[in-house]
Amino acid sequence: MTEHRDGEAHMQVPRYSGSARINHWIVAVSFVLLMISGLALFHPSLFWLTGLFGGGPTARWVHPWLGVVLVVGFLGLFLRFFAANLPERTDWVWLARLRHVLAGREEYLPEVGKYNAGQKFVFWAQAVLVMVMFVTGIGLWPAGLAYFEELLGFKATIDQRRMAAVIHAGSAVLTIAIWIIHVYAAIWVRGTISAMTRGTVTGGWAWRHHRKWLRKEIGKEPGGPQPAE
Amino acid sequence: MSQLQPAFGLSKRSATTAALPAAKPAVQVAKLIDVSKCIGCKACQVACMEWNDLRQDIEENVGVYENPHDLSPNAWTLMRFTEWENPERGQLEWLIRKDGCMHCQDPGCLKACPAPGAIVQYSNGIVDFISANCIGCGYCVKGCPFNSPRISTADNKAYKCTLCSDRVAVGQGPACAKACPTKAITFGTKDDMKKLAAERVEDLKERGYSKAGLYDPPGVQGTHVMYVLHHLDKPALYAGLAENPRISPLVEVWKGAGKYAGLALLGITAAFGVVHHLLAGANRVTEEDEENAEKLRGGGA
Repeated sequence: MTEHRDGEAHMQVPRYSGSARINHWIVAVSFVLLMISGLALFHPSLFWLTGLFGGGPTARWVHPWLGVVLVVGFLGLFLRFFAANLPERTDWVWLARLRHVLAGREEYLPEVGKYNAGQKFVFWAQAVLVMVMFVTGIGLWPAGLAYFEELLGFKATIDQRRMAAVIHAGSAVLTIAIWIIHVYAAIWVRGTISAMTRGTVTGGWAWRHHRKWLRKEIGKEPGGPQPAE
Repeated sequence: MSQLQPAFGLSKRSATTAALPAAKPAVQVAKLIDVSKCIGCKACQVACMEWNDLRQDIEENVGVYENPHDLSPNAWTLMRFTEWENPERGQLEWLIRKDGCMHCQDPGCLKACPAPGAIVQYSNGIVDFISANCIGCGYCVKGCPFNSPRISTADNKAYKCTLCSDRVAVGQGPACAKACPTKAITFGTKDDMKKLAAERVEDLKERGYSKAGLYDPPGVQGTHVMYVLHHLDKPALYAGLAENPRISPLVEVWKGAGKYAGLALLGITAAFGVVHHLLAGANRVTEEDEENAEKLRGGGA
């Protein structure tokens, strides 16, 4: 097994368009800022993180607006990618062989399309958690709650608002845990990050991790193999 | 603005994990509100406004006795009026409860507060909001079992009765107690107030209020504002006074075990990443992979 040699020009396969990357990084930046400002209010020993925002009151008002940015941004990602994240039969095979995944033994795994089952899990879990946190977050946001109560003609009870706090905090912990997995996977699987920076991956990366997707992409190329006539 | 009174030691401080400096054990204080003596004159509300320099906006008259309609950032105490026909005695009773912060010994607001030192409990039991440290998140509202704190939309700070901590710090009683013309409001040590309440309860029982008693709810380890009620068995009669107030279990989960469980889960996830990378190593693309991709493009795969 020969290692990838730096500086050698490899075949590049486009994976994300410019607008998809901008969309991703808007969500990424708002997510990180939400995480920092949220954790600051989650545990007293992390309250100092509010200093990064210029103090507690600023962190408090900036957090819900960042949430609005994230929700709008995530909706964009959702619409772009949900079709490619629909479950397939091979996802179950992939999941059943999770220990080979973790050991990096791609040869034991089925050929994967644009996303593997792990990536699909991240996608759907974050989609659900973002929705849950948006709704419960409004319950925790005095100004936002007043606006929606007026708009929708209801009054949240104090126990509903307490429940919102518990669910919001619990979902936040889960969403951050999944974010850690997402970031770690991008680091562990070398060659992944260029997909979201330059928009391309090498042919070898695609061959190794998303072969079914590579076959389809090559089929689209004018000079690529054409279906048998 | 509510400020820290350095005259007192602190027994609790919000969002503070470090130990507090040892405070001299102080005498526990309490305000006793004898509902059976209240005539509903609202002198206490006026005294509160005057001492704390609060002016509630003038509201619309909707035909009720309460004025203003509710507690607010500018109304820290409010007389709530209930007309009740007592079926046992066949009489109309006018139940008037002076609402406001109850100064719980186990304060839910302080438990929920994420801002260090924004809520303190002095060693004499008074629970105070320290405006300079308040970030206006409204968690205290969710923590409170009595629905007392209010968030100002003017300066985004939480406000409630301070039990006139600034007056108590210089040996005075609360402004409302000083103004009360019938001595329905009295202030002193908690022990003295309990003794006084016991006398009053005995008197009420002699007059036929067999269920009279002192409202000092154990669910919050007692309060530093206590009521003498003619109907202790039916506290809800008094404009919905809580039957058995305690910090909501939801708040306990959120601000208790949840905090530690949440951080632990994040730590475990991050640690998994580190350990996995150490054991499994990086998942690298090989030169063979690149060649296979080239072959596929060339149509040879």
